[in-house]
Amino acid sequence: MTGLRYVYAVCRPFRSALQAQLSGVAGAPPKQLTHHGLIAVVSTVPEADFAEEPLRAHLEDLDWLTATARAHQQVIDALTVVTTPLPLRLATVFRDDSGVRSMMEAREEDFRRVLDRLEGRVEWGVKVYAETERAGPTERAGLTEPAETGGGPEPKAVSGRDYLRRRRMQTQAREDVWHRAAAFAGRLHETLSSFAEESRLHAPQNSALSRASGQNVFNAAYLVPRADSEEFVELVDQAKDDAPGIRVELTGPWAAYSFTGEFAEEEPDEPEVGP
Amino acid sequence: MTMSSRLPEPYGQGSGANLADILERVLDKGIVIAGDIRINLLDIELLTIKLRLIVASVDKAKEMGIDWWEDDPALSSRAHRNELARENAELRERLAQLEPTRGEEEAP
Repeated sequence: MTGLRYVYAVCRPFRSALQAQLSGVAGAPPKQLTHHGLIAVVSTVPEADFAEEPLRAHLEDLDWLTATARAHQQVIDALTVVTTPLPLRLATVFRDDSGVRSMMEAREEDFRRVLDRLEGRVEWGVKVYAETERAGPTERAGLTEPAETGGGPEPKAVSGRDYLRRRRMQTQAREDVWHRAAAFAGRLHETLSSFAEESRLHAPQNSALSRASGQNVFNAAYLVPRADSEEFVELVDQAKDDAPGIRVELTGPWAAYSFTGEFAEEEPDEPEVGP
Repeated sequence: MTMSSRLPEPYGQGSGANLADILERVLDKGIVIAGDIRINLLDIELLTIKLRLIVASVDKAKEMGIDWWEDDPALSSRAHRNELARENAELRERLAQLEPTRGEEEAP
């Protein structure tokens, strides 16, 4: 049976067993490939789906991408319970085990360095949302101009000018909440980043389609020792309480996805030329 | 949302993290290693950008009845037909709106 090797992560040997029922991308159970004391977690994937051509096509298919991403993450999650994995990007695929081994050998030092730095640490994701829809009407009522009140404006038959004014007030109300949420997020980030070992700011997730759920104004990741995580979660929890119209969302613990950055992108294997 | 018992085991699939959170990480973060199967990373990056533009909280979108992956033409070839039909309808509507206006304006 022909199959390719899909690599999820590289980690140090771990004692606890992975969940017995764990299945990876394309359904096959992940196994461990040891090389020079490091472990690559791999599973066999069909060439029909993961060779270059089909893979490229699949990546444009969001259903496929969703299933694959979730399966990938499920393996990383399982690893995060028992060890500190270095997660590889989705769809890192080799022809066979020996291809994986050569890669591990070539990058061995990098792996060890980053593993040392991330050992025992997890990533927490924190997002702040401005609940623009909920705050909108309240703010709007407060903003009604006094001159307007005597006129008994009819909600249905609005003139173009009324319509524009209403739109303007809506926009303004949204911006008010947005600014408040941004300021709140700034303070929160200050607190959390001084507690965490490292932090990364990510692009907010766009809310074009989910205005009702609020607008994501802040999206960050924090690197926290596992042992300090409870305290970190409490910090986030406390911040939630005094924030009307603002929603704080915590996700994790993740593998330290956002903190593998110093693992330089692979250069072609050219011998370095001295200056 | 209570957090008391959230540590240290990771959430199960589906709880906590939405699809955007997962895609953001597995597509955009993590270690990049060129495997034997070389997919053009640009393909992924384009897709990621596309996702950034449209993905908010998928769960919320679903709650709102939006299956956006089925409705975005760039992400699903299935949606091409719908997109064309929608665009047609939109153009027709706009045309219908414009025509009487022009008539009024041109009237002396």
